[in-house]
Amino acid sequence: MTTPAEDKSSVLAIPAAASNTPLITRLRRSLRRNPSLFFMPVLLIASLAITVVIHPQFSDFDLQSLAMGALPLAFAAAAQTAVVISGGLDLSIGSVIAVANVLAASTMEKASFGESLLLAAAVLVVGAAIGALNGLIVILSRIPDVVATLTSGFIWGGVALLILEKPGGGAPQEFLNLGTGTLFTAWLPNALVLLVAAVCVIWIPLRQSKLGLQLYAVGSDRVAAFRSGVNIDRTRFAAYIFSGLFSAVGGLGLTMTTGIGAPLAGVYYTLSGLAAVVVGGVSLAGGRGGMVGPVMAAFVLTLIPTDLIFLNIDPNFGQVIQGTLIVAIVMIGGFVDMARHRK
Amino acid sequence: MTKPAKTLFSRVAFAGGGLMTLLRTRTILALILILLAFVAGIEVARPATVNALWVSNMVLFAAPLGIVAAGQTLVMLTGGIDLSVASVATASAYLMASHSGLGGAPAVLYGLGVGFAVGLINGIGIALLRVQPLVMTLGTGLMTEGMLVVYSQKMMANAPRVPQFIEDLGAGKFLGGIPNDLVLWAPIAIVIIFVLRRTGYGRLLYAIGDNSEACNLAGIRVWRILVVNYVTCSLLAAAAGLVIVGGTDSADLSLADVYLLPSVAAVIIGGTSIFGGRGGYSGTIIGALILTVLNSILTLLDAPEPVRQILYGAIILLLAAAYTRLTD
Amino acid sequence: MSESPFLLEARNVAKKFDLVVALKAASLQVRPGEVHGLMGSNGAGKSTLVKIITGVFPADGGQIFVKGVARSFRSPAEARSAGIVSVYQDPALVPDLTVAQNMRLAGAPVDAIRKWLAELGVVRLDFSLLVRDLPYQTLRLIDLARALASEPAVLLLDEITASLPADLSERIYAMVKHWRERGNAVIFISHRMAEVSALCDRATVLRDGVTVGVTERAHGSEERIVALMLGAETARAVASAASTRTSRQTPPDAQAALEVRGLRRGPLLNDVSFKLYPGEVLGVAALEGQGQEELFDCIAGSRRYDEGAVFAHGKELGLRHPADAIAAGIVLVPANRLLALLQQRPIRENIALPAFGGIRNWGPIRMHAERIRVESAIARLQIDTRAGSELRRLSGGNQQKVVIARWLANGFNTLLCFDPTRGIDIGTKRQIYALVRELAAAGSAVLLFTSELPEIALACDRAIVLFGGRVVAEMPVSEADEATLLRSAHGLAPPAQAAS
Repeated sequence: MTTPAEDKSSVLAIPAAASNTPLITRLRRSLRRNPSLFFMPVLLIASLAITVVIHPQFSDFDLQSLAMGALPLAFAAAAQTAVVISGGLDLSIGSVIAVANVLAASTMEKASFGESLLLAAAVLVVGAAIGALNGLIVILSRIPDVVATLTSGFIWGGVALLILEKPGGGAPQEFLNLGTGTLFTAWLPNALVLLVAAVCVIWIPLRQSKLGLQLYAVGSDRVAAFRSGVNIDRTRFAAYIFSGLFSAVGGLGLTMTTGIGAPLAGVYYTLSGLAAVVVGGVSLAGGRGGMVGPVMAAFVLTLIPTDLIFLNIDPNFGQVIQGTLIVAIVMIGGFVDMARHRK
Repeated sequence: MTKPAKTLFSRVAFAGGGLMTLLRTRTILALILILLAFVAGIEVARPATVNALWVSNMVLFAAPLGIVAAGQTLVMLTGGIDLSVASVATASAYLMASHSGLGGAPAVLYGLGVGFAVGLINGIGIALLRVQPLVMTLGTGLMTEGMLVVYSQKMMANAPRVPQFIEDLGAGKFLGGIPNDLVLWAPIAIVIIFVLRRTGYGRLLYAIGDNSEACNLAGIRVWRILVVNYVTCSLLAAAAGLVIVGGTDSADLSLADVYLLPSVAAVIIGGTSIFGGRGGYSGTIIGALILTVLNSILTLLDAPEPVRQILYGAIILLLAAAYTRLTD
Repeated sequence: MSESPFLLEARNVAKKFDLVVALKAASLQVRPGEVHGLMGSNGAGKSTLVKIITGVFPADGGQIFVKGVARSFRSPAEARSAGIVSVYQDPALVPDLTVAQNMRLAGAPVDAIRKWLAELGVVRLDFSLLVRDLPYQTLRLIDLARALASEPAVLLLDEITASLPADLSERIYAMVKHWRERGNAVIFISHRMAEVSALCDRATVLRDGVTVGVTERAHGSEERIVALMLGAETARAVASAASTRTSRQTPPDAQAALEVRGLRRGPLLNDVSFKLYPGEVLGVAALEGQGQEELFDCIAGSRRYDEGAVFAHGKELGLRHPADAIAAGIVLVPANRLLALLQQRPIRENIALPAFGGIRNWGPIRMHAERIRVESAIARLQIDTRAGSELRRLSGGNQQKVVIARWLANGFNTLLCFDPTRGIDIGTKRQIYALVRELAAAGSAVLLFTSELPEIALACDRAIVLFGGRVVAEMPVSEADEATLLRSAHGLAPPAQAAS
């Protein structure tokens, strides 16, 4: 069908499309594009294995504690991932988690279960609204997102303090049970179910939609996205809304797992959430990656202080190790990248 | 070259918004105007507040921020950022205080030593291994903070003491009103401004911030400058830590946390682009003064802490946004 | 509905960016069923006019008429629905998405695009491949196919054949003619005069933001276009300068300023050896991707080679970083001036940059001495600094001159010029070539690669041809006509020659 003249063209040296690309090729391709898809589960399983080795009496209760501890961090990581994929950065996530947390704890203190669910929905709306405000600030002020969200995070931190000056508040037991305990089987903590359900419900439809495609496009190459007809500002705005939404879920999760609201609780989650994103293999340049890596990384990062406790080592070392782990991983990553692109 | 000058003047003459053009090209002037506006605001709200004592207190409080922001300026000019400055400042103060038994100079060396070590790690990661500055300094910041927590627990037995001369440095004045820390800040400021305007090192910072690949092609070994730069930034943060602890007289583990955001804000408000390649330290100095005066205004307002925090953040946003729009 | 013989008309369009006037009174009239060239030097306003026509930003003054109706587009999407689509040099494809996802993103009709790709010779392309995994040429064709699929009445092609191999360019010419036959119009922008005169029925010439003339295809139209672009006087002066050239002879015992022996790197550079003598300009002719870029980068020290050696004045060099090459007096003027220049910094800092290479130079600058050095380089190259002192305000041609000025101010003995006139207007091109000859006459050695073969004869004393990462031919300039070069560049043996 191709004439000899056409054969000479360099353009034809591309793999042709078979009508059904075999599953194995598709699997191999997605692994090549997103290596963390393979790497992170391995790291997670290895970390769990190490934990069990250290502490053979690892029970379903320990698994619950792990899931509960990792829950807010995982949502912080998810929030950050949403923004990073679109090429931005959100350094206010921890503060938004704090706002959601104290808002829930202060309003739900004397509420019934039904009321608490309604309040939770309201908190989600507030979270999305805060995200929208963040987005507006970043886009309208034209300040680079690092500075804009660092500053807005400061503001939301003040708001959290305004709502609840000191740790306190509470929520009805049934509400707390949504995040603690095990509803189904002993080895399936509610926290884990909540995490997976929330991420799937929010992220999967987004990813399949055109907006999801636009998020990736803007993160990958803004100029090309613009020329393809994507409204850059609107897309980035949407990314921040999702960040706010995930942060709000994280705040609700924090309420469930701790039972109270703490205005300063969020400080830790901004930077650690970002760390989970980096460790989870999502490029800060944007355009690539998914939720799986960062969420699993959140678990790995949470396991570190856990393991230390089991080893009877001062858990304060946990932060040192987390920080060192981040530094080590990014330095090794940088080294590997350089070796691969050797001049 | 008369042509650009003529165009500038005719624009200023024609447009009623000649002020805008003036502000755009002479941003230091704009910043000083803003500072004066804030000061005037205080005087109007609370008459007789602004006097020599008040001014000297403003400079006293602004100095540590100015010193941290100096390092941040150097780093942001190259298109980077240093999120570890707060941890370094705190760690430096703590290490100095816990070694104060060894005498003044050795204690200070311990403090500065932390700065050197962290700066070196930052420099190696960013310059040699091409890690993004945000991520790298975030990691080292967490690491330093964590190590400090562990270290402080080990040190529970001997409580750290702040030596007298550090207290004098951080809180004292001489000649009836000139803050002692100005003796540290002023030379630093002069040196940095000179370096940025008149030395090869300064030129290279701007060049690297603008286009580091072009620098490589022109035969510049970029990594050398960056390593030195990040070490300098951390050393400045360490020095600032010593001044801060002198002012507060207790080595607290979250001593310098409040300096992270303002250090970045002072640089941005002062006119340095976060992407690098333009800006300078004189703007940062005014930026630091503006933020300090702003803090003082908010304190005077007698509002609760959370409200002050919100207002502080909001005003920084407004200033930074106004500046960015003006110069885009 | 007014009757208009034109498919697209621009009348006295004006546009200003801050203090820079991009267009003053640009006019364009495109008839249905024609290929219309848009010519002009860099800074004449071509791309600004194109962007206004296609809705990227609005004009400050003047009007655009589509089929006689005045229109003002607020976005490329609006322009597309009015039948005006442009294809730029950079494919508007997101690298981290697959082709199919890109199509979905833009709402593009996949089947129509497949059909047009087939017309352009790309059959059976796997749309589930990531854009970043596809070769650049394929992406350009996808972009073109996508534009064609929206069936535009006016198709704007901006430097579409730049960096495309000859066979693909031929396909595009065929497509352009086909499009014209359907009663549509194509606006064709190119710096390659040969293309323009072969393809275009008429051409509008812009100079300094004003339309200075419209030419019809006829004998001698090329020179008319050049004259219009330069302004008559400059054209005359430049033409006479180009014709006074004599080839030089290298003394037989001269030592090579630069010698490359057996250079090898990866799949693209396979065994290159040649010598370059002081006082001569050695041209390198090659088609796309024959290893010329790797060759220049290796000699300049910005890429490492696997095997072989580079000698400067007889001494072997250890090249690990451009600083090593610069220390040996070898400097590079790259094709992409954006790579080499500091856009936000003043001209002076751009020119003085290499002086700060060593740690010794981190100290205080001797401002006066620097100013003298910089100003003398600016004067020598006649760099037009009227637009302001910030580098990004200069036109493309002047920016390229700044790159050269940098090395003039810093000193060198071997100059590597990689495609120095790519995307530069004709007037500046001729100036640069004249300069290159001057430098050689003053004793420097120059290695010059240009993607436009006719220009080898303009500037060089000798020429070598690269094919498949090897030197396959070497000849004095008297034999280096376009036909001979083209044969060797395709890997064809030269026809039997009489001994010279």
